[in-house]
Parts: sequence; structure tokens; C-alpha cells
Amino acid sequence: MMSEKKLNFLILIFLFLVPLFSILLNDIYITTLFSKIVILAIAGIGLNLILGYGGMVSFGHAAFFGLGGYVTGILAFHFNNYEPIQILIFEFEGTNQLLFVWIFTLIFSSLLALFIGYFSLRTTGVYFIMITLAFAQMLYYFSISWPTYGGEDGLSLSLRNQIPFLNTMDPITFFYICYVWLIIAIIFVKFILNSPLGISLKASKENDDRVRSVGINPKKVKLISFIISGAITGLAGSLYADLNRFVSPTILSWQMSGEIMILVILGGMFRLYGPILGAFFYIILEQFLGGITENWQFWLGFIILLEVLYAKAGIMSFLIKDKYDEKTSS
Amino acid sequence: MEFQLLIEQLLNGLQFGTMLFLMSAGLTLVFGVMGLINLAHGSFYMIGAFGAALFAEITGSFSIGLISSFIVAMFAGVITEILVIRKLYKKDHLDQVLATFALILIFSEGIRWLFGAYPLYLNIPAELNASVSLPLEIIYSKYRLLIIAIGILIAFFLYILTSKTLLGIRIKAGQNDREMISVLGVNIKTLYTIVFALGAALAGLSGALIGAIQSVEVGMGEPVLILAFVVIIIGGIGSIKGAFVGALLVGVTDTLGRFLLPELFKLFFDNADANLIGSSIASMSIYILMAIVLIFKPSGLFGERSA
Repeated sequence: MMSEKKLNFLILIFLFLVPLFSILLNDIYITTLFSKIVILAIAGIGLNLILGYGGMVSFGHAAFFGLGGYVTGILAFHFNNYEPIQILIFEFEGTNQLLFVWIFTLIFSSLLALFIGYFSLRTTGVYFIMITLAFAQMLYYFSISWPTYGGEDGLSLSLRNQIPFLNTMDPITFFYICYVWLIIAIIFVKFILNSPLGISLKASKENDDRVRSVGINPKKVKLISFIISGAITGLAGSLYADLNRFVSPTILSWQMSGEIMILVILGGMFRLYGPILGAFFYIILEQFLGGITENWQFWLGFIILLEVLYAKAGIMSFLIKDKYDEKTSS
Repeated sequence: MEFQLLIEQLLNGLQFGTMLFLMSAGLTLVFGVMGLINLAHGSFYMIGAFGAALFAEITGSFSIGLISSFIVAMFAGVITEILVIRKLYKKDHLDQVLATFALILIFSEGIRWLFGAYPLYLNIPAELNASVSLPLEIIYSKYRLLIIAIGILIAFFLYILTSKTLLGIRIKAGQNDREMISVLGVNIKTLYTIVFALGAALAGLSGALIGAIQSVEVGMGEPVLILAFVVIIIGGIGSIKGAFVGALLVGVTDTLGRFLLPELFKLFFDNADANLIGSSIASMSIYILMAIVLIFKPSGLFGERSA
């Protein structure tokens, strides 16, 4: 047992040292695997902002993850074939500069989140779960039926996008890029949670009417949080596309939404670093079970089931003990 | 010709809709009565199809296959309810989503384990695998007509069951106040198991009926599951009538959308573009329909309360 702060610190140190282990063990695959973990953790942190702290169960976060991936893929695609992107009368050049790619990703996923959030937040409870799912499914089927960018087959990137002075094709460099984004995401979400916005978000999860009675519009608070959440998850999607140098409709599928949700809950909601541990265990479990049996999903299902039925508060609660436990175990 | 084609598509939409209804009926009851989001409902669809394929292969009879799909899925439903689902009623929606997501993994991999990764084929008997001519020179598949008939028959049966029988009254009462009805001496645990198993059995039957047109494979249930959710959200959670109307609406919108939208866009664009845009929008049409319904009627067409 240790304090949450200490555990968080250990997690960050451990992740920082991953490339070193990887070099010592002479297995560069470890670094790539952990890049995936870090990216999924970022997506999870994005979702957890509204899921854990805001009580909004979005079953459609693959929409943002996938959009980030596709923005990245499409920009690189147009950069490689020198065709400008046409949107109505406007024309854009493609780019392979990550800084631009990230900016575009953030803009587009925020706009998508504004759109989806605006309509979805009219509903609550089950209907909210289902309408967010519906929006993600729209994008999924659209990506399959629109042949320009590969349709069902997806879109390959010949090279990762670039940053000046860095070689992004080097797995260790790319890992640290993801790591830096993880730190930024953590600091940003922490800042949000301690700001008036975050406090009213947490309050509106408990009681909308009371929030309204002190003169704050809970819908607006939820919408802004939803947009931030979508943007963070979108950015993770962009990194994911660059990691694999490939995007396909799979990352827009409802299974992807489920996966992000599972790793948030596996790690422990209401905790900023929960999704990191969740992503870690999810991916390691997948690798481990995948190594020993072909039917690893069967056992993964069992483990998730046991976790939901008997250990609700998540992995982080096994490792630490503090005031949150009473709340999360109810 | 154009007119016959339109009617044929409309019938296809009806057939799709009635199948969706079989799938949605259980989902909406379980949702309405027990307040449970069951993502694993698609697994019963798959289990039913596999059960039908297995028993049709053994006995060589398609109708025995259909009957066993119903029974196999019902058994799977009873076992699942007793072992897992029962523990979920009091948990929040998030836990239910996760636990039933885990059940999907278990069922899908379990079936893959037992039957292998290749799809099975369930053959329609020759006497059904033919066309009949209807009035107005319409020629339509006998088997699909049978599906429509079965769907409507079951809808009628469910209507009688929920509105005229003691079981239906108890289900309705359980929907409104589960404590009161257990105080009145109804064994609510058994009631829940019956409702869940009935829903699973209907899903299994629809899996078998559709499995004969398409193929019987692992993962066949999930796309239908998502559609069934769209249906019950559009119809309003807990309402059998809503599920019926929603299912037909979704079935017809999807089928006619794929047929008509490319034609419609041909008025504005050249052929290739029209096909592209039309089919892209058609593939999203039911989700657009659902979003519109939810925006204007947040608890669905026949929903009484928001869950």
C-alpha cells in the first residue's frame, strides 16, 4: 500500500525508463508495445474526464480516436500524392509535419465533439450511451463506404509524419513523443479538474439542479468537457495512426469504443492515472494471453467479468488505499 | 418494372424489419423490465444460428434446426441469467455494459473453440428455396415471405402475452415496481429468468432464420445487436409496440435508402458520384434516423419514461 501520489510518480518513472529496459533486453518491440500503451492511456484519460469525473458514459469515443487517425492519414496521403484536398471551393495542401497534423487533429476532433456533444447531451442515461454509439457508427459506416481513402481496406502511410530535427521512424524517439503527450494530457486534465470548469463538472455529475441554482449552466459545462475529452482522444488517435502507419475503419468501430472504456474502468475511474494502468494491464494481458493460447479473448472476457462482478474499483485501488475507496466501492 | 422492383425492396425491408423485431423484442423487455443493458444479446443470435446449423446437420431437417435454435438459445439464456446476469441488475449501466461486453468475448471465443473459425452453412430446404408470384406480377422469395410471416406471428403472440396473460401483467408490474410485485408473492427471480430466456430464444430463432440466408459465423450477432439497440431506442425502451414499429421503420429505411438514395442523387450529380454519395449516406441512414428521433423525442416514439 502506498499513497496515490507515490504510485503516480512510480508509473511515470517506469514509463520513462521503458526504452532503457528495451535496449538492455535487446528487444525494441517492447518500446513499440509501450508506445501503444501510452497512446491508449491518452485516449483513456480523455474519456475518463467525462466518464469518471462527469458521469457521462460515452460509448462512441472511437469516433474521435478514429477521426484523429483519419485526419493524420488523409493529410499524409495528400502530401504523398501531391493532390490538394478539396473541401467545396477551398483547397488545402497535405502535410507530413506532425505539428500541423496535431493542430488539425485537435481542431477537427473538437469540432466533431461540439457537434456530437451538442445533440447527445440533450439525452441522459441509456439514451446518451446509445446516441453517442450511433454517431460513432455513422462515421464507421461512412469510412467503409467512402472509397477515396481506402474504404474497408484502410489507408497506409509510407512513412511516419515528421518533426524537425527528430527521426520519428526511430521507435525510441516516437515513444518519447507519445510520452510527452501523455504528460501534457495529464497536466492539462489535472488543470481542468482543479479549475472552476472541472469543479462544476464534478458537481453536475452529482446534482444538476444544485449546479444550476448557483448560476452555472450544467449543460454548457458538460459540453465543454465533452469537447476537451474528444480532442484528447482524437490526438491519441493521431498518434496511433502514426505508430502503425496505418488507419482503417477498425479504429472507428464500436469495439474500439468498448476497448477504451474497458481500460478506463480496468484501471480505476475517478483517478487521473487509472487509464495508464488500465492500458498497461489490457495490452500486457492481450500479449501474454495471446502468447499462450489462441483463444485469449475467452480468458480476457473472464478476467473482465470477474473484475466487474467482484473488484469494481479498479486496479489502482489494489495498490493504494485512500478516501476514494468508500466512494468507488459503493 | 421500376414499380415491381420498389415493391420487392419494400418486402425486403419488411423481412429485415421483422427479423430485427425478433431480436429487439427480448432486448427491450430485458431493458424495460430489469433495467439491464445486454450487449451479449447478439451472442444468443449467434448461438441460435450455430445450434440450428448443428441440429439441421445431424437430423437433416431444417424445421428441427429452427426449433432447436429456439431451445438452444433459451438454455444458454437461462444459464447466463443464473450465473452472471442476475448479479448485474443492481449495478449501474456502466458495469452492465462492461460485463456483457466480456460475455461477448467469452461466447464468441467459446463458439470459435467448438466449431472452428470457418463459417457453417445452413441450407434452406428446396421447397422453400423458390419464388412465388404475387399479384401485380411481383415475384418474391418464398423463404423471405415465410420469415415475414413468422415475424408477424410472433409479434402477435408477444402482444397477447404481454397484454392478456398473467405473465404479461406480472412483467408489466415488474417494470413499474419490482418491490411491490415481490411483496405480492410473485417470485421475481424466476420471472426475470423467464423474460431473459424468452428474449434469448427469440434472438436465437432470428439468428437461425437469417443464418440460412447469410452464413453462420462467429461475430454475426454484433452488427445485428447494434441495429436492435437502434430499434429499441427509436421505439422507446420497454415497449413491445415500439420495438415493432421501430424495427419496421429501421428495416424499411435501410433497405429503401440503399435503393432510392443513389437514384435520388442522380438528379443532382453524375452517375458515379451519385452512387458514391447515395450509398455512403444510405449506410448511415438509420443512425441519422435514430439521432433525429432522439433529438425531437428523447425517450423514443413509444417510450413513457426516460431511463
